[in-house]
Amino acid sequence: MMQPFTVHEGIVAPLDRANVDTDAIIPKQFLKSVRRSGFGPYLFDEWRYLDRGEPGMDCSQRPKNPDFVLNQPRYAGATILLARENFGCGSSREHAPWALVDYGFRAIIAPSFADIFYNNSFKNGLLLITLPAETVDQLFAECAATPGYRLKIDLAQQTVTKPDGSSLRFAIDPFRKECLLNGWDEIGLTLRYASEIRAFEARYRERYPFYFVKG
Amino acid sequence: MAGKTLYDKLWDAHLVRQDPDGTALIYIDRHLVHEVTSPQAFEGLRMAGRKPWRIDSVVATADHNVPTDPQESEIKDPVSREQVVTLDANIRAFGALAYFPYRDPRQGIVHVIGPETGAVLPGMTVVCGDSHTSTHGAFACLAHGIGTSEVEHVLATQCLVAKKSKNMRIWVDGALPEGVTAKDLILAIIGKIGTAGGTGHAIEFAGPAVAALSMEGRMTLCNMAIEAGARVGMVAADEKTIDYFADKPFAPKGALWEQAVAYWRTLTSDDDAHFDQEIHLDGRTLVPMVTWGTNPEQVTTIDSVVPDPESFSDPVKRAAAKRALEYMGLTPGTKISEIAVDQVFIGSCTNSRIEDLREAARVVQKLGRGKAENVKRVLVVPGSGQVKAQAEAEGLDRIFRAAGFEWRAPGCSMCLGMNPDQLQPGERCASTSNRNFEGRQGPGGRTHLVSPAMAAAAAIFGHFVDVRSL
Repeated sequence: MMQPFTVHEGIVAPLDRANVDTDAIIPKQFLKSVRRSGFGPYLFDEWRYLDRGEPGMDCSQRPKNPDFVLNQPRYAGATILLARENFGCGSSREHAPWALVDYGFRAIIAPSFADIFYNNSFKNGLLLITLPAETVDQLFAECAATPGYRLKIDLAQQTVTKPDGSSLRFAIDPFRKECLLNGWDEIGLTLRYASEIRAFEARYRERYPFYFVKG
Repeated sequence: MAGKTLYDKLWDAHLVRQDPDGTALIYIDRHLVHEVTSPQAFEGLRMAGRKPWRIDSVVATADHNVPTDPQESEIKDPVSREQVVTLDANIRAFGALAYFPYRDPRQGIVHVIGPETGAVLPGMTVVCGDSHTSTHGAFACLAHGIGTSEVEHVLATQCLVAKKSKNMRIWVDGALPEGVTAKDLILAIIGKIGTAGGTGHAIEFAGPAVAALSMEGRMTLCNMAIEAGARVGMVAADEKTIDYFADKPFAPKGALWEQAVAYWRTLTSDDDAHFDQEIHLDGRTLVPMVTWGTNPEQVTTIDSVVPDPESFSDPVKRAAAKRALEYMGLTPGTKISEIAVDQVFIGSCTNSRIEDLREAARVVQKLGRGKAENVKRVLVVPGSGQVKAQAEAEGLDRIFRAAGFEWRAPGCSMCLGMNPDQLQPGERCASTSNRNFEGRQGPGGRTHLVSPAMAAAAAIFGHFVDVRSL
């Protein structure tokens, strides 16, 4: 179900603001869809376009905000987003990673991410890389100075390689890494423990019968 | 060995298994479901041919998309309607312990109806595809928001894959002064620790000022833990917590009640429990709060001025403040009490319970006059059908109507603009909701977060006013 992530190299787009919330990543009017796909054209809708976006619009015809980073020709086709602290804060909407993935992003690099967004992203094959604020600052500077700036990410090695060949190491939870490398379906993984869950539930129900009242 | 925090106790009671790296399976007692974050989860179950593990853990309602205009007989927006109809169909197909559909007399905001029906009880693990699930921590629950993949995971396995968070305690001494509410307290906390101050932590709110809060006030406090970056906000159980559930439909009765109460009394942090981080505030020094920017940490007191971005030493915060003031159309140095508002919104899962409405009505009654000329619209949106009925029984709706406020049907309303209640570009709103993000209440809308009393006073004066001076 989930696209595995092994090695990826791509153009980097810098989004230079802190506390980018999920309302900004995908505004609420697009949450009305009952599907998982098709959110990419509306990613960062209020920043990316000059008109007001509504679900179902043909975005190729809409006036674009030329100042917004993703509309600048040098960042066309970007697959790695460089961001600031607390990226993805606010609403729990998984539509945010759906939109980022649908747009074409495979990874985001930032000094910190909000907790719920962090969980949601990994379940959709979107790799979030946390690096120290000074390192991210440096990447912003290099990205601005170098047209066509690209990074190479190797998940197995946990490295980000810069154009000059130098590498940055990043930390990642081993379970998340394994799931992402293999594109594993987490529900399938959990259901391997179905008998353990069932045994727990029976003990739990006996101890706390008042949580099973049916009204 | 150190004692356990409330969070430790709740974690341990629900721990199904744990790998050596800390990855755990946590058993979920209550799964709250609404129309926005569930359709893809039900669809996922169907596509994989999986069945729900324990469908009577599910309590569902439609809240985000529903119109709150009582005249509206149906959901006109076809996309909104499809989402609500899809929830109807999914609950019909899969079942639920309880479902409160659009127009059901008990329908309402999921975080209001959970506790008021007793579907959420102290000590439970509670999840919902909504970040404000932290609200239920007010009842000593381990409650937090999840994404849609996790909604599907909980439906299919009754468990969540989780890693334990760190423990943080926010201790509030003293008593809150007259006119200062739970909303002001949480805004002050967010102003102090920042929007990411609680990231990776479960926060327990404690101390005399917290214990003195009503259950409604505690819900307001925990509701906005997520705005400080913490998925979980909690308050220990006490007699007030237990009394709250005495007559609730889904609460246990008879011997089961006695057994439950005995357990609930243990839902406190041990005296010698260890917290990874402790924050102290003095409740006596707090003042009504108003946000001036586009995230809840950009907040100040009613008696101060719009800050100068140059006063922030951190360059990231300085840039954010500059951008926020531009978006908000504010000039540094302007007195907060001189900011005029176009609309007022009293509602949302933060502040739409009966106590909030009473607090707002009290201000209106005290001032004895209608809304100011410059205020185009004042929406009062009760959190549930039950809150609405109670407010009407107390005559609060008449007080609001007489002042020119609109008395609405329950729903999320103008908190997030997924329904017809929205701001127009450039409009400024005094709002009792939880997020002042750009565009949150409608594209280009400008949100100032305040308490219900402060919102009601702003409606009458047409600008922010210190409710302590009334």
